[in-house]
Amino acid sequence: MDKKVAVFRREHFNAAHRLYNSNWTEEQNAACFGKCSYPNYHGHNYELEIKVVGTVNEETGFVMDTKKLSDLAQELVLEKFDHKNLNLDVEEFKHKNPTAENIAIAIYNLLRPHIDSALELYIRLYETPRNFVEYPV
Amino acid sequence: MVYLTRVEHFNAAHKLYNQAWSSEKNEEVFGKCANANWHGHNYELYVTVKGKPNPDTGFVCDVKQLSLLIKEQVIEKVDHRNLNMDVDFMKGKLCSTENLAIGIWNELQPHLPAEVQLHCIKLYETPRIYVEYFGE
Repeated sequence: MDKKVAVFRREHFNAAHRLYNSNWTEEQNAACFGKCSYPNYHGHNYELEIKVVGTVNEETGFVMDTKKLSDLAQELVLEKFDHKNLNLDVEEFKHKNPTAENIAIAIYNLLRPHIDSALELYIRLYETPRNFVEYPV
Repeated sequence: MVYLTRVEHFNAAHKLYNQAWSSEKNEEVFGKCANANWHGHNYELYVTVKGKPNPDTGFVCDVKQLSLLIKEQVIEKVDHRNLNMDVDFMKGKLCSTENLAIGIWNELQPHLPAEVQLHCIKLYETPRIYVEYFGE
C-alpha cells in the first residue's frame, strides 16, 4: 500500500479584520485596500480546508485520523481565530496584514509541527464563497 | 401573484452586546459573540417581493432596478462596515441577525416600486444560520 491518498478536513470560523498598512498614509491604504481598510473593521465567515497527503497506514487504513486532525484544528486554529478580531486579538497579525494569504500561511505554520513530517500538508482558505487561497503551492 | 427574489451579499463586523448588562452577563448570554473587539460574517441577503407580472414586460418588477435599490438603500450602508458603530439604522439596537433583518426591511420598504409589495427579508449570517422576516 504505497499509493498516496489525500484526506481533507473542513472547518469554519468567523472573524473581524481590516486590511491596513500602518507605514502608508490613509490615502495609500484607501487606494490599495478600498473598503477593506475601513477603520472599524468588517468580517467574514472563513471556511478552512485542511488537506493531508500520504500513504495509507496498513494497520489503521488511515492516512491520518481525521478526528485527530479536527482536534488539532480546533485547538491550534479555531480557538485562536474564531469570533476574534484578527488584527487586534491574534498574535500572528500584530505586525502583519491579515489577508487570506497571510492567514493561510499562519494556519499552515500552526499545524505543521503537529502533523507527522512524512505527511504533506496543504491549506485552502475561503474568505468568501468566491475568494479563496491555497498554501503551499 | 408571483414572488421574485434577488440575492445580494455583504461582509460586516459586529458583536452581540447589551450595554445595560455587565460584561459577565453579556458573556454568559452571548458567549464568544460578545468578544469586545468584534468578529464578523459574510451575510447573504434574499429580498423577496410579490406582484402580478406586467402584461407589457412579463416582469413583476425590473430586477436590475430592484438590485440597484438594494445596493443603494442597504448594501452601501452595511458592506465592509461595523454594524454596531457605522450603521445608522442599527444605532441603539442589538446587532442580532433578527434585528438586522427588520432594519433592512424598514430601509427598503419605502423605496420599492409601487407595483410590488415586500414579502420577505431572508438573511443568512452563516451558511448554517438564517432568519426570515415577513413584516409582521
